Amino acid sequence: MTSSVSKGCFVFKPSVKKRRKTPTVEDYFTHGSEDTENSKLRFRNCQTLWDQMKADTELLQDELNRKILDSLLAFIRKNVSTFQRGTDDWASRMRAHEIPTAALVLGVNVPDHDMTFQSLSDQLQQSVTPFVVSVQATECAGQSCVCVCVSASGTPGKKRTSVGKDMQQHPPIVVIFKDLEAFNPRVLQDFILICSRYVEQLPLMFVFGIATSPSTIQHMLPHSVSSLLGIELFQSLSCTQHLASIIDKVILTYQFPFKPSGKVLQVLVSIFLYHDFSVRNFIKGLQLALLEHFHSQPLSVLCCKKEEALVHATELSPRDVERLQQLPSFMRYVEEQGPQEQVELLTSDDHVKEVCQKLLKDLHKYHKNYYPILRCLHVLTASLPKYPLGKQIRELHICCLEKNVWENEEYASAMQLLRMMAKDELTSALQKCAEILKHGKTLLEMKKSRRTKKMSHFEILRDQALEFIDSLVRSHLAPPESQPLYEVCYYSSSAVLRRHLNATPRTSIQTALSNPYHYLKNENLRAEDGTVSNAAPDICIVYKLHLECGRLINLYDWLEAYATVVSAAEGKDPDSADFGKVDELKHARFIQAVSELEFLGFIKSTKQKTDHVSRLTWGGC
Amino acid sequence: MAAQRQHQGYEDEKLQRVMERLPCRDVQASLLLALMGEPEQCSYPSIFIYGHRATGKSHVIHTLLKELELPYATVSCVECVSVGLLFEQVLLSLFGSDSASLLSRSPSLSDFVRVYKQLCVQASSKQTRYIVLDRAELLRDMEANLLPAFLRLQELVEDNVTVILLSEIVWDKFRPNTGCFEPLLLYFPDYSKGELQQILSEDSHPSYSPELYSAFINILLGVFYSVCRDLRELRHLAALNFSKFVEPLEQGKVKEGDTHKLWRNIEPHLKKAMQTVYLREVSSVQWEQQLQKEEKEAGAVRGLSAHAHVELPYYSKFLLIAAYLASYNPARTDKRFFLKHHGKIKKTNFLKKHEKTSNHLLGPKPFPLDRLLAIFYSVVDSRVAPTASVFCQISSLVTLQLLNQVGHDDQLDAPKYKCAVSLDFILAISRTVSFDMVKYLYDFL
Repeated sequence: MTSSVSKGCFVFKPSVKKRRKTPTVEDYFTHGSEDTENSKLRFRNCQTLWDQMKADTELLQDELNRKILDSLLAFIRKNVSTFQRGTDDWASRMRAHEIPTAALVLGVNVPDHDMTFQSLSDQLQQSVTPFVVSVQATECAGQSCVCVCVSASGTPGKKRTSVGKDMQQHPPIVVIFKDLEAFNPRVLQDFILICSRYVEQLPLMFVFGIATSPSTIQHMLPHSVSSLLGIELFQSLSCTQHLASIIDKVILTYQFPFKPSGKVLQVLVSIFLYHDFSVRNFIKGLQLALLEHFHSQPLSVLCCKKEEALVHATELSPRDVERLQQLPSFMRYVEEQGPQEQVELLTSDDHVKEVCQKLLKDLHKYHKNYYPILRCLHVLTASLPKYPLGKQIRELHICCLEKNVWENEEYASAMQLLRMMAKDELTSALQKCAEILKHGKTLLEMKKSRRTKKMSHFEILRDQALEFIDSLVRSHLAPPESQPLYEVCYYSSSAVLRRHLNATPRTSIQTALSNPYHYLKNENLRAEDGTVSNAAPDICIVYKLHLECGRLINLYDWLEAYATVVSAAEGKDPDSADFGKVDELKHARFIQAVSELEFLGFIKSTKQKTDHVSRLTWGGC
Repeated sequence: MAAQRQHQGYEDEKLQRVMERLPCRDVQASLLLALMGEPEQCSYPSIFIYGHRATGKSHVIHTLLKELELPYATVSCVECVSVGLLFEQVLLSLFGSDSASLLSRSPSLSDFVRVYKQLCVQASSKQTRYIVLDRAELLRDMEANLLPAFLRLQELVEDNVTVILLSEIVWDKFRPNTGCFEPLLLYFPDYSKGELQQILSEDSHPSYSPELYSAFINILLGVFYSVCRDLRELRHLAALNFSKFVEPLEQGKVKEGDTHKLWRNIEPHLKKAMQTVYLREVSSVQWEQQLQKEEKEAGAVRGLSAHAHVELPYYSKFLLIAAYLASYNPARTDKRFFLKHHGKIKKTNFLKKHEKTSNHLLGPKPFPLDRLLAIFYSVVDSRVAPTASVFCQISSLVTLQLLNQVGHDDQLDAPKYKCAVSLDFILAISRTVSFDMVKYLYDFL
């Protein structure tokens, strides 16, 4: 069974001198930047901001989970009391003993469930029972594994056989199956059968974590087994709603100075909607954007709370002031000023700092107004037929970030539709707007007073109200590009983000093979578009040659072609006798390159024709 | 009873008690008693008892052995994840608590036989020992020599021992290729309707007359007998619904003798129970709660299968659609569906003889990854970069059991899959992405 392998282990204690300080995260962040002070400051900014965002999202997620967790806990407590009360009356004596089971439907993104299960088992352990076990399908390939997992984590230091005696007066044992779909149905059935034999003595309970739909249970378990369970259903919030509340809390708020641009937000949202439905990945993506912003934009020192930002603005170094002056939005601002002012802005550092403070204040004010108005517009348009400005507020937000929203055709049609809205619907929507704006404390008094008048001149009032909304939109929902210094707060390199988050292994391999310079950065390899230098690695040459072939490749022809290219690379005279001759070394190199290509999945051996291999990709030159 | 006088060696009183506890199983019980003979007589080496669920197999055996105070060991094979556990349990119940320590850590069959023999010598008893193996069909999945060895354990250990195998499967499915000792076969037939009525009526509620309960059971069987003959399940259903049955009596609306009114009252509830609680669509507790507050709103609790909707990411939906198409369309027809200028090919032109049957009747066929991706790229309406997350989604779909991987798990190149979702499911999915599924399915051409 076990082959005996003797392993030697040798320990070398590192000498004290050699031991180097392991670099901290901060060192990585500041590495390679010329201005250490500045980047240290940025790093601190970045960290405080992220900590705050993280705390907020965690709080929010806890809140969102609370409802379902509470009902689950209630279910488990109720069953505990049934166990403890004992069963003496006629009906419960006659009834078959079912194992109380909670079917917890959590949505398809399994990694996101970890947090829910963690807080579930924490809460259970705190308030109901110390015996909570979470099992995962990967740990439970066989029957014995489930038992071992359950008994090992459920009763530390005791054998399974002894569990039965100990538990009689004790709290229940809750077994959580984290990913029901992934379990081997056979294993699960047997486990349930065994458990049901002891359910009269042992207060057992199951929680099934279900990713798809509850009918999976019926697909996995035959009636003879599912009849042993008393299943109740618990459904969690859908992940799209979850995302919406995260966006609402973290992005559509004045609280955090860091803002993703429309494109960046689009990338993150589309990864969520198209690929994984994972809120956790969305937050990770946002974190990456945050980090990239602070890392790549030196002026992000100013991206923090208003008071701090104003202080930082006075402490800008001459190099930073220069950077500031080069910001496109600042240059645009300069151009709008009078000639005298322009000269000052281009020559005097102190004046620039002063103006910078003023502009930062303006930017903060812009944000303060932007979000309430955005919400208003959303409230008004979200109930319109066909959602001209989007169903979700994030769609409207992205739209506003990209260009002047009032220039959109959709905006015009939305306004048209609003004019046709029924009286009571419009009033209730306007009322909601009024509530939102009350928090924002903007100039609303005027509109409110008008709306409270009798509806006799409804039409006039309606037009006035809508005009007022329109004017609010025009004055406050201008895209951020129009604001000077917007670069400080907005991260817009969506391409970088996409490259980091959307790995494309196939494309990378093809780039490496067809253009080795892209990765190796060796000047010898620099080649014209579409060609490969003959000094390139063997596999690149072989790859390039194979692109010229059809579906079947003659190995010998391929080898000859390869030898010719390599001979040219060796600088041999094309007219000499042994030019392009295949020697042993070239042969071996060729075979190695071909088998590497096979390993990467570009070719495979075929029996259709001798001495040929077949291509698995198509296209080429 | 005439039969009883044949079983000598047991006290008449005990036999009487045993027979009372085994209603409707007299024939089987006396046959077993006859086979077992007197306690000290040598018995047949192995007996195989089979019959459906809840036909009293274990009940009869256990009652007999327990009431007649015979030495026996009973093991449920489903618990024995290793042979060692099985041996341990047999020895523990036959020879007391110290015996199992003689077994080595992972004992083989010969270890078991050796220890058994050793213990036999120490605790010699002339009485027949019985080993009852419940759910014996699982023995087939254990080591190959186990089942044949248990069948002739008597010879191996040279002791007066009988092995009784209980199973829901017929013996023909057990017989190993190499042949083995043939056990005596004993069939437990299903209870008839009358027998079920008789057995269930015995559980009558203490506060009501047995006649009333019997009438209730009669109504219950009238509804459920056509779908369920499982005694345990019926008893459970009776317990759940009895309170509703006597509700009019409690309220004084109806007298006990008025069975027709009682029937009118309970019948719709039983019909509903058949669709919900019997299928475990709702839990028994939920069912009882529902019965209590039902007058206000009926059908408040939705069953498990009512929630069939699954939310999936956009590309996952298209991957699933592509997988469905690949599973149910013949590969030759891909050209017809996914090429722009396929010309006019009518269905009859490329219809092969064996393809005349609907592919949906034949079930999903496996397809390679390449075909799945090719179809995916042609059905999805935008350009999709072949990113890692597209491939991740395929394996996620496999974990969610919406796709099945065919063949070995460790297949690196050209893995094959099957689509594991129903037509209704895929139609619902395709509707959410406004994809006209039927237009692309060969069967509906």
